[in-house]
Amino acid sequence: MKKLFIEIGLIARFTGRFFTELFKPRFEFNEFLRQCFYIGNKSLPLVAITAFIMGLVITIQSRPTLVEFGAEAWLPKMVSVSLVREIAPVITALICAGKIGSGIGAELGSMKVTEQIDAMDVSGTNPYKFLVVTRVMGTTLMIPLLAVLADTVSLYGGYLGANIRGVVSWDLYWNQVFDTLVYGDVMPSIIKTFFFGFAIGIIGCYKGFNSNKGTEGVGQSANSAVVISSLLVFIIDLIAVQITDIFNLN
Amino acid sequence: MKDQKGHIATQDPETVISIRNLYKAFGDNKVLNGFNFDLKKGENVVVLGKSGSGKSVLIKCIIGLIQPDKGTINVLGDNVPDLNTTQLDEMRVKVGFLFQSNALYDSMTVRENLEFPLRRHWIHTSKEEVNELVMEVLRNVGLPHTVDMMPSELSGGMRKRIALARTLILKPEIILYDEPTTGLDPITGKEISNLMVDMQKKYNISSIIISHDLNCVKITANRVVMLIDGTCYATGTYEELERATDSKVKQFFE
Repeated sequence: MKKLFIEIGLIARFTGRFFTELFKPRFEFNEFLRQCFYIGNKSLPLVAITAFIMGLVITIQSRPTLVEFGAEAWLPKMVSVSLVREIAPVITALICAGKIGSGIGAELGSMKVTEQIDAMDVSGTNPYKFLVVTRVMGTTLMIPLLAVLADTVSLYGGYLGANIRGVVSWDLYWNQVFDTLVYGDVMPSIIKTFFFGFAIGIIGCYKGFNSNKGTEGVGQSANSAVVISSLLVFIIDLIAVQITDIFNLN
Repeated sequence: MKDQKGHIATQDPETVISIRNLYKAFGDNKVLNGFNFDLKKGENVVVLGKSGSGKSVLIKCIIGLIQPDKGTINVLGDNVPDLNTTQLDEMRVKVGFLFQSNALYDSMTVRENLEFPLRRHWIHTSKEEVNELVMEVLRNVGLPHTVDMMPSELSGGMRKRIALARTLILKPEIILYDEPTTGLDPITGKEISNLMVDMQKKYNISSIIISHDLNCVKITANRVVMLIDGTCYATGTYEELERATDSKVKQFFE
């Protein structure tokens, strides 16, 4: 228990340092853009394919229940709300926690154990700014974009799912989707993905930056980065749902 | 004694590094326990000691990667523990560091690895000048053909040479070598040792070399310092220490 509190304290201190370093020059724009490209562009196919399958599966699975109640016409409405509010952002965040979080943890961990972070320090570079700030900013800004993409692609998957057994025209499907969705569905779900992205980035960097015990430590960093950031995604999601519920935003 | 700029006046202008009463402990483990040391201009000094005796900690204190508990480290007129980040960066242009694991950036090509310190230390040169500098240091270490290769494509000896080239590109006055021949076969180790001596002569570089490899010590050392119990236990040329009768010194040469 004591260890857990120490770990939480260390993560809080690491996060605090992020905010102090963020506004200090020198700004690493090139590295930030490189990270955005890596995080955004390289995760795009995986997120798109997964979101498409999720949209398809959720629609196929929901259809029999709605048919039983004679509410088949509600299928686009129900699917769009569940995908946009919850499934697409959370699935995107979990995929990114697995792909990006572990990548950052392993990359920084191996840089730590092979003294590349020290070499950076010796080369006149603040490794925290160059490695941590750029990556955390990259995940914080790119994961919401990926989530928007996941929303769109999963809704398209939902359209195909609705047409496997039944017949729903393209116009009817999208009319129902847009009639159902309001800002209160879309905005909170996008806003929470900024926090998902921040959590994934900061945990990956923290674990990598504090890696030790050689190559074994690198594996542990990657592994614990995924576990902790995935857990944080659910905790942040729970908090976000409570907030939207309390303020009646939906 | 400090001058008006806050620089510590060295007693001898030929002394480039002067360490006095250096202490560093990790918990109860006293690694450096009142260490004293001087490095003269153009001199190669090898620091010998058992594993875990604090040799790497010593040079990491000199370059400012580790903060000592007590003592002064005067490098080219500046006391390293008192320097702020900007002053440390300025000092690190003049003091190179060759890491034991080479510390080449895996995600960058050899060219990008070599350009990195130039760009980060704000050394403004044109693209052509940077390219010329890169090729010059690569020719010095005998590897101009590797310029567009990735570190993972290089052998251990080649990586060590590239790491040395990256250190040399800033034309430092002092180089700190952390076990430069560890993990290399004896022939490659000898080549690297000879290369270090060549570079010392070519650029009049002063060096502190941490090593266990007696062949490397023999080739590179103008003077050997024995780091035992956190102090400078003995010092002298390789031949002098080889003939020493003290049991703690003798065991290294048996």
